[in-house]
Amino acid sequence: MAMLEIRNLHARVNKQEILKGINLDINTGEVHSLMGPNGSGKSTLAQVLARRETYEVTEGQVLFNGKDLLAMKPEEAACEGLFIAFQYPVEVPGISNSYFLRAALNAQRKYRGEEPIDAIDFIPLLKSKMKLLEMDERFQTRAINEGFSGGEKKRNEIVQMAVLNPTLAILDETDSGLDIDALKIVAQGVNAMRSPDRAIVMVTHYQRLLDYIVPDFVHVLAGGKIVKSGGAELALELEREGYGWIEPALAGAR
Amino acid sequence: MTTTNTIEDLANQEYKWGFVTDVEEDRIPRGLNEDIVRLISSKKNEPKFMLDWRLRAYRHWVKLLEAGAEPKWAHVSFPQIDYQDIVYYSAPKRKAGSKQSLDEVDPEILEAYSKLGISLNEQKRLQGVAVDAVFDSVSVATTFKAKLAKEGIIFCSFSDAVKEHPGLIQQYLGTVVPYSDNFYAALNAAVFSDGSFVYMPKGVRCPMELSTYFRINAADTGQFERTLIIADADSHVSYLEGCTAPARDENQLHAAVVELVAHDNAQIKYSTVQNWYPGDKNGVGGIYNLVTKRGKCVGANSRISWTQVETGSAITWKYPSCILVGDNSVGEFYSVALSNNYQQADTGTKMIHIGKNTRSTIVSKGISAGHGQNTYRGGVKIMKNATGARNYTQCDSLLIGDQCGAHTFPYIEVRNSSARMEHEASTSKVDEDQIFYFRQRGLSAEEAVSMIINGFCKQVFRELPMEFAVEAQKLLSVSLEGSVG
Repeated sequence: MAMLEIRNLHARVNKQEILKGINLDINTGEVHSLMGPNGSGKSTLAQVLARRETYEVTEGQVLFNGKDLLAMKPEEAACEGLFIAFQYPVEVPGISNSYFLRAALNAQRKYRGEEPIDAIDFIPLLKSKMKLLEMDERFQTRAINEGFSGGEKKRNEIVQMAVLNPTLAILDETDSGLDIDALKIVAQGVNAMRSPDRAIVMVTHYQRLLDYIVPDFVHVLAGGKIVKSGGAELALELEREGYGWIEPALAGAR
Repeated sequence: MTTTNTIEDLANQEYKWGFVTDVEEDRIPRGLNEDIVRLISSKKNEPKFMLDWRLRAYRHWVKLLEAGAEPKWAHVSFPQIDYQDIVYYSAPKRKAGSKQSLDEVDPEILEAYSKLGISLNEQKRLQGVAVDAVFDSVSVATTFKAKLAKEGIIFCSFSDAVKEHPGLIQQYLGTVVPYSDNFYAALNAAVFSDGSFVYMPKGVRCPMELSTYFRINAADTGQFERTLIIADADSHVSYLEGCTAPARDENQLHAAVVELVAHDNAQIKYSTVQNWYPGDKNGVGGIYNLVTKRGKCVGANSRISWTQVETGSAITWKYPSCILVGDNSVGEFYSVALSNNYQQADTGTKMIHIGKNTRSTIVSKGISAGHGQNTYRGGVKIMKNATGARNYTQCDSLLIGDQCGAHTFPYIEVRNSSARMEHEASTSKVDEDQIFYFRQRGLSAEEAVSMIINGFCKQVFRELPMEFAVEAQKLLSVSLEGSVG
């Protein structure tokens, strides 16, 4: 059984159908990359998996570790081990990063029947992860993402991911808006998290990220369906040829 | 559930203090005239000076009423109050002529307070908090009176103070808020029925928190209490008031007056957790909370600090203020005001700097949810002789949903060029993206809202006495309960 089994998933937002029958299996230890032109449904798929309520699932099934993911609330999916690094992380004034992240970790620990972690044990954990992402320690006392640069926000997402230690991590265009140095740091953080117990899905437009985090599988989304799957070489092909060559496949999908 | 629903659900929360206690009432006829004022005064066996003062206040109020001088400038709207349709005095019946003691308080009333989490039994009380319990128009019990008296501290109902300490009352009553101050202050002076009185003798630090718990129970009545706190030189006192009322469809009027006087080096900390019935989710019923609170730092180096958490009432009109007369005196105002459903709050403060090197701090946090309207109104005045005066004002608004409103009206008047003024303001919004962000990390929607609100309010909460800070946090989360998810 795969960790994540997506079967014939259809979803719409504002009555417009975006996902038109996605089928995908993801196993632990694998790194997948979801690529495709704008509007192909990549981010929608990520949001549906995170149980964002604005996206309505009209058909299909998703099993996450054998459980019905579509029946879960967002916080339940999170506690079951699903994490999203957001494309646009929100700013929340008045709550420090470390307070927020400890509350989140403890909510997940409580869900799993574990004892809460106190500040004394938590701070060293957070500091070690921040160091990995080369973030200054003073970020932990700053309000969540408030006044962070685009790159700092993205790095902060990976810090959160490292602390929460999910079994399935979805990176939604984490590379967008990053300069090359920041990209390398983020990639280093993600690579450090590659593990036989975890799967990682990267939603991206660009081959650039894949130079640093080499995926096991690449899938091309177009028109709300996966039109082609392959290994890391598929991404290079896309980089070279653009998406034009998949138009016939796309036409077939329609 | 769709996202629009989650925001609208903010409106659907229950008021948990809305029960009614069945007690026999001693109530006077509806309406207001000179005879009613005399009747209230005679019910309380007041000395002549009190009745005379009430009558002067009443005559002044009638003039104001005829002149149409009800304050209309606040950013609130409610129907014209019919002052003849209110019962101005209602008290739970007690044995004639008996001096009240805890054993004689109606068990129904004790039960009501214990439901509210207030035990009037001294042994069961939280250590270190003395309570004066005001039920409708009268004080029904004051705890720890004897223990406080040993320190020379007077803590009793206003009625008892009028009888037992008439000298202090005559000396201080109306010196901070004269009956001519405003329409509601005049009304209060004419008909007020009870409240709390505190006198801190020279050099005494109060060994416990003093508190008054106001409960409106009877229907169609108004509550008009009056509190007077005098801190003599070098004394310290911390005082807290809490308020609740049954859920009724009719609006009820609460027009209170609070006067504080701080002498040389004295400190008064006055905290309020106001949770009058706010009306239902459609805006039916609720308390009109029209209150005048003011403190006067008459002595040098004195300090008056107001902290308020205002979550209740349909209408709130309230500006706890400080008159900084003594040199180096300090005035502070820390406020959290929540307007949910159809609540309207117009609240803030006035800081009047008269003495040299006087300082004031204003921190106001307004939260609007549902269809709530929240207004901060502040006035900072630096008078001609207030050399070296300083003010810091911070005024933040938080919006939850897209049907509510936040408004700010800061007035600053400076007549001395050495003054230093700072003003900061911000407006932010709790949106679905923030809540979803928290949920994706494993926190529930309620936890998310509660964390965001507490983060927003923490500057004010940390000014509250410890045990009440916890209460205030709980109260805020209950007031927004069922709000999302």
